[in-house]
Amino acid sequence: MPGKTMFEKIWDAHVVSEEAGKPSVIYVDLHLVHEVTSNQAFDGLRLAKRGVRRPDLTMATADHDIPTTDRSKPIEDPIAVQQLEHLANDTKEFNIQFADMHSPLNGIVHVVGPEQGHTQPGKVIVCGDSHTATHGAFGAFALGIGTSEVEHVLATQTLRQTKHKTMQVDVDGPLPFGVTPKDLILAIIGKIGIAGGTGHVIEYTGQAIREMSMEGRMTVCNMSIEGGARAGMVAPDEKTFEYMRGRANVPQGEAFDEAVERWKLLPSDDDAVYDAVVTIDAASLEPHMTWGTNPGQVISITGAVPDPSSYPDPADRESAERALAYMGLEANTPMTEIPIDRVFIGSCTNSRIEDLRAAAAVAKGKKVSSSVGAMVVPGSYNIKQQAEAEGLDKIFTDAGFEWRNAGCSMCLAMNPDHLEPGERSASTSNRNFEGRQGKGGRTHLVSPEMAAAAAIAGHFVDIRDWPGV
Amino acid sequence: MDAFKKHSGVVMPLDRVNVDTDQIIPKQFLKRVERDGYEDFLFFDWRFNEDGTPNKDFVLNHPGYNDASVLVAGRNFGCGSSREHAPWALQQYGFKAIISPSYADIFYNNCFQNGLLPVTLDEVSVAHITAQAKEIPGYAVTVDLENCVVSDNEGFQVSFSLDEFKQYCLLNGLDDIGITLQDEGAISAFEAKRQG
Repeated sequence: MPGKTMFEKIWDAHVVSEEAGKPSVIYVDLHLVHEVTSNQAFDGLRLAKRGVRRPDLTMATADHDIPTTDRSKPIEDPIAVQQLEHLANDTKEFNIQFADMHSPLNGIVHVVGPEQGHTQPGKVIVCGDSHTATHGAFGAFALGIGTSEVEHVLATQTLRQTKHKTMQVDVDGPLPFGVTPKDLILAIIGKIGIAGGTGHVIEYTGQAIREMSMEGRMTVCNMSIEGGARAGMVAPDEKTFEYMRGRANVPQGEAFDEAVERWKLLPSDDDAVYDAVVTIDAASLEPHMTWGTNPGQVISITGAVPDPSSYPDPADRESAERALAYMGLEANTPMTEIPIDRVFIGSCTNSRIEDLRAAAAVAKGKKVSSSVGAMVVPGSYNIKQQAEAEGLDKIFTDAGFEWRNAGCSMCLAMNPDHLEPGERSASTSNRNFEGRQGKGGRTHLVSPEMAAAAAIAGHFVDIRDWPGV
Repeated sequence: MDAFKKHSGVVMPLDRVNVDTDQIIPKQFLKRVERDGYEDFLFFDWRFNEDGTPNKDFVLNHPGYNDASVLVAGRNFGCGSSREHAPWALQQYGFKAIISPSYADIFYNNCFQNGLLPVTLDEVSVAHITAQAKEIPGYAVTVDLENCVVSDNEGFQVSFSLDEFKQYCLLNGLDDIGITLQDEGAISAFEAKRQG
């Protein structure tokens, strides 16, 4: 019998019950909750007179709706106020820890989970949010679920799941100069397609992943859903353990060492067999960006806007034509000649301290183009504090970036931060769907470095040509 | 949850691939705390012009599809965000079933939680149904979940498959939470074992 993959090991350790022909009942170790996908679930519990089985394994934060401007002022949008109050009341009624926008524990749900040590190797983690895969960077099985499933987890602390297939994405060799984890995941999605991972849990392996920081691994795992995958994960190693050591909610002292010994058993066995294997030659990678209206429509920064007629598949061709019309782009335009109006550095993909440091290094001593509005939105209150302690805020504001409070912000524009119709952004977020950052807005997904450089140049640039990089 | 056994209805063709849930229901409507009332927001940005008038070019606004209750769409339908508001909006607008060559995982699961049936058919059958729905006014199909067959009055018939448990739950309108709570003993035992 072949060995087990990490996913299979975690799965097997969480099966509560299984029966042929039925989905298994899987135990959930950590349930993360935010304001947008939980209201109806709590209402459902009340309607059925059910309680929350394990409030101690549940934690909530407000991130999607909250303003990133002055928080001492009341929120102007009454619907957002109602939704936030709903979560505040729900968490109070059911005795769940809740970090509202004034709490020092507040931040984007996928940023604060790892930051506060809730995210740990070997856990099954769920959240009513498709970017839950982020937590897989620690060797957890973390997946996004719908509101009905949120209610199911609240009531039972379990999820009904049919075992997923596994896919290994092996990144061979080190990432070349100027190529970031964001470029890597964009290139992976470009290669497998936005439905390439459907039905699969991806495990990212290889030298480039092993050499990558935890922040970088979170960026890669975060966008697994953009390749259609159910989850993404990376085997825990010394980098993982060092990142976790001493954090709140992580075992301390001897208990930590014991936990590390358990976590060391999680990585896939050498003879484990994946259902699918994709190999990426890291040496061939260049900085990437999206040109279209889905995250699979990517191209190297040295490339040009594709010509729809180059697509053999009629549906892809039509999709490319629609994308170019929406994006206001001409085929064959070099990517570095596309001017931008706005820059957004933030989101659960790229708002961690390392992302902010990288963007600040590019922006230091320079000025944002007069034709560009640029903002930096840290992923959490703590990251904001840390960045300020390091003087990053000063670098950004001196260069003309706005320095905001933490939240999801213009990744999906549920709060007041949004693009106006026709505005083009360089964004470090995860989705370039039509209207994602505001109706009629045109989003190009890039790394924090490329976003900062684009803000200064006023158009996309190859970060490898940036002075001082 | 309502049971789904068999449904006959007019087919609306949405001849696009990779329709994401941001298009099915844009984010500005996710701030609502209700579980119903999403029908007017379905495909909002495609459906309405800037001034709020219906976009006559969008298929949902074509008079021939006013009564449509089956949506046929290109592959990878429902990709992107996990928002369950997407199946809510589709269902509350009046769709009972969707036909596509493939779906994104979270959307697919969310449909079953709400009694909305996502039927997976091969590309050729989907192309056929799409073409018929474009050409024949009032073109309707019957989706039979008990026998897993999609058919029309023109002699077209194709079978589909789905997870048997999902089929069983939908046929009987069963609530997932209720089923799982029958396993409460197993959940408690699991928790006890872990603490031990």
